[in-house]
Amino acid sequence: MLIKRRSPLKSSEITPESVYVNRRRFMQGLAGTAALALTEGASAIPAYSLDKNQPQYPGPDWLQGALRASERNEAFSTDEKPAPYGNIITHNNFYEFGLGKQDPSRRAQEFKTDPWKVDIAGEVNKPGIYNLEDLLKPHALEERIYRLRCVEAWSMVIPWMGFPLADLLKRFEPTSKAKYVEFTTLQDPEQMPGQRSFFSTLDWPYVEGLRIDEAMHPLTLLAVGLYGNGLPPQNGAPFRLVVPWKYGFKSIKSIVKIRLVEEMPGTSWNRTAPGEYGFYANVNPAVDHPRWSQATERRLPSSLFSPNIIDTQLFNGYADEVADLYRGMDLRQWF
Amino acid sequence: MVLTGVRANTLKPYALWWLVFLLPLLPLAWLFDQAWNMNLGADPAQAIVKFTGLWTLRLLWITLAVTPLRRIFQWGWLQRYRRMLGLYTLFYAVVHALAFATFILGWRPDLLVRELSERPYIVVGSLALLLLIPLGVTSTRSMQRRLGARWVKLHRLVYVIAVLAMVHFIWQIRSSFEDQLLYGLILAWLLGYRLWIRRRSAKRKRG
Repeated sequence: MLIKRRSPLKSSEITPESVYVNRRRFMQGLAGTAALALTEGASAIPAYSLDKNQPQYPGPDWLQGALRASERNEAFSTDEKPAPYGNIITHNNFYEFGLGKQDPSRRAQEFKTDPWKVDIAGEVNKPGIYNLEDLLKPHALEERIYRLRCVEAWSMVIPWMGFPLADLLKRFEPTSKAKYVEFTTLQDPEQMPGQRSFFSTLDWPYVEGLRIDEAMHPLTLLAVGLYGNGLPPQNGAPFRLVVPWKYGFKSIKSIVKIRLVEEMPGTSWNRTAPGEYGFYANVNPAVDHPRWSQATERRLPSSLFSPNIIDTQLFNGYADEVADLYRGMDLRQWF
Repeated sequence: MVLTGVRANTLKPYALWWLVFLLPLLPLAWLFDQAWNMNLGADPAQAIVKFTGLWTLRLLWITLAVTPLRRIFQWGWLQRYRRMLGLYTLFYAVVHALAFATFILGWRPDLLVRELSERPYIVVGSLALLLLIPLGVTSTRSMQRRLGARWVKLHRLVYVIAVLAMVHFIWQIRSSFEDQLLYGLILAWLLGYRLWIRRRSAKRKRG
């Protein structure tokens, strides 16, 4: 009889020290709001009154209960004003659906995102292909209002619905060899016109990656909703990554594969222009893109005659939470 | 018959003049309409700058197409509209630059300095605009007469400007080079045609 042997201690139970220390620092940093957090740490999401003229994205039936039950994680949310819903769902960089900011909202509406399968592969004890529904079922959703800083020097404040990536990864028991996480977007040229383009410098499918401690960081979110609703296809339905301290292109959309690996994975933009887009891609005002400055950003929406130009913050303002991950690293070299 | 013939000769250029005067204003009118009705999306600033930049390039290419088209199709009448097309190129370039400085940079002096010194494609674009200005200023008939042969030399700057504009465009490629390839091929033909003509006439002289 074959009995699967299990190691007495699963490697997923060992929290990397950096994550542990960092989590503690994160809480310390929030000492001022800790008392509040006890009572208000999670509060019911206000019913968003979305413009009825906007298209509605309730999300798949099996997700709607969880979306309704979700609460806002105040401790992890900025108090800056979110961009209007109509802006968030019509201003997207999702090159699978075209290069224009409004292309995805025009061309992704027929994109089939339910049912959806996700391949969990590589250095995990429980690899397999899972239905998204089964993948998400155990997780309570919460709302987090994050800043999103695009490498193109604009930014938006976005209320996401989701749960920490770490909670999902732990369920599949990463092995001790899991040093990085590689994410892959769907490749389906029939549905994604951008993947049919002859002139694209990006290779498909789109691939992104995180170091394991970045992936396990409590700020790293898997998003399945937006503004109390489901995730619109143009925003990366049915589920996407949100890493708020990195440039937006790291937050990969419409994920079909999560692979834990030992070596740093090759990522799409890095392969296309290694001198311009690094693996880390941490928001950093001191490290310019070779063709433009990253010192400031335009917070959208912005009025035409007084553009809302603000100084970009190190790690997009999440330095207290994530700076420890990069202690001792030269951020100019590892941009 | 004789009368209509006379009319065609006098009225046709007149109607054409209005057509060439009004047509290049259409893109700008469309842009105003879109901006006014909030149809430019979450980042209208970027949309306006991109749109006016693209039309500057298109008008420059159209201006450069006058000579080859005139020669190939024997369209002598085309020549008299070249000045207007060239001035519209300058006009769109100025709108493009003003839109960038106003809507994207908010005329913040530190940002203006930074963009003009650090962003190579902005430097190249600004240089192209700078060189375009003297061509616009000397475009009048009296300046043409006054400068004589030097006028022709001066206005050959337009080839340098076109190449700078193309570099400005290419330098912004992020993930698709479709448009840049198209505009590049057209420019290559526009300039290549002139080289070919020069060579041919030089050969004939020698022969």
